Amino acid sequence: MAIFSVYVVNKAGGLIYQLDHYAPRADTEKTFSFPLDLVLRPHDERVVVAFGQRDGIRVGHAVLAINGAEVNGRFTADGKDVLEFLGNPANYPVSIRFGRHRLSSNEKLMLASMFHSLFAIGSQLSPEVGSSGIEMLETDTFKLHCFQTLTGTPGLGCWLSIAGAVTELSRPNTSVTVAPGIKFVVLADPRQAGIDSLLRKIYEIYSDFALKNPFYSLEMPIRCELFDQNLKLALEVAEKAGPFGPGS
Amino acid sequence: MPGRPRGILGRVVRWGGAACESHGAPRRARGGSGPAGCRDREAAAPRARKWGYNIGVRLIEDFLARSNVGRCHDFRETADVIAKIAFKMYLGITPSITNWSPGGDEFSLILENNPLVDFVELPDNHSSLIYSNLLCGVLRGALEMVQMAVDVKFVQDTLKGDSVTEIRMKFLRRIEDNLPAGEE
Repeated sequence: MAIFSVYVVNKAGGLIYQLDHYAPRADTEKTFSFPLDLVLRPHDERVVVAFGQRDGIRVGHAVLAINGAEVNGRFTADGKDVLEFLGNPANYPVSIRFGRHRLSSNEKLMLASMFHSLFAIGSQLSPEVGSSGIEMLETDTFKLHCFQTLTGTPGLGCWLSIAGAVTELSRPNTSVTVAPGIKFVVLADPRQAGIDSLLRKIYEIYSDFALKNPFYSLEMPIRCELFDQNLKLALEVAEKAGPFGPGS
Repeated sequence: MPGRPRGILGRVVRWGGAACESHGAPRRARGGSGPAGCRDREAAAPRARKWGYNIGVRLIEDFLARSNVGRCHDFRETADVIAKIAFKMYLGITPSITNWSPGGDEFSLILENNPLVDFVELPDNHSSLIYSNLLCGVLRGALEMVQMAVDVKFVQDTLKGDSVTEIRMKFLRRIEDNLPAGEE
């Protein structure tokens, strides 16, 4: 029962806070002799397994370390190209660690803004007015829960003309505005319950330790120690409650 | 000399101090809205409103996080929420709502006693000072963050000898979030 990570996205779609609480590391380290029976290929900035799944090493896993030294993208710690190194029989036997690579902070930023846009599209697609937007995204390995606040800075909005359709907002006394607020996103185990109240608790912690911090400017990355500490505490409480949710 | 504010009032005043610091205004000895130290009377009123605005902009998130109210659909609902929930939560009082304009876009909040001025007397040389102008700023800032532009001003003030404190709130317009296509 685990909560994997927490993301906080500001009103413009930028990521202002991210915490990886629990990452199911499935690293495998094995000693190999020449020739390597896995097929490796470069992908982006990493070397990944293309074929030859065995013993916990899956297709898509990246080379994380060679002989105990972490690799730097496609190069070993000493600067040699990984594929060349592994193609040379003189370097064997070699111990290689494979595993799922962690997202870099740039990738997280990108994914957060993408989610922000999808969220806006989601509220637009709603057949009813006043949709809350995406609340949950479910897969077989995790559930993504999202909570958006009601506030929105005037003058900063999500662009509304999507494929030529523009929503009109000018009717007073209706709740039709797609005003963006801050989004709190939690990725958790599918069986984990009580995430709704956890999201509200995170909102309270944000208003207590980020907003009341005089050195914190709105919409900027949150670098407040107390926020970190209290968030971790809240996550632990929620995890302990397990599949029944806190207070059940 | 006002004593150190405690409890709910303490929260508001500590907010005031914090908001002042974060925007470079000097922190007052006993809390946020202390224009008693201002030598420049004319500048005090808009400055207090500005401090209030900065407090309001953050206070609204705290309020929404704790009170669980949903979006208000019209100005009457907004007035109810402000008087019965917000004022109660932060100042411990429940003002009454009166004097609705025929168009339903203006109303008055009547505060029997204003906790911010419990221990305050205006000295003679500052007799035109609106001591609680901070409140106007807070209301304006908070409502702006939920897309409502309002105009808030003091009509009566117990510090100036009136029997009650009256705050008049006028709904100006709903704030749209449109950006020209191609931006963002």
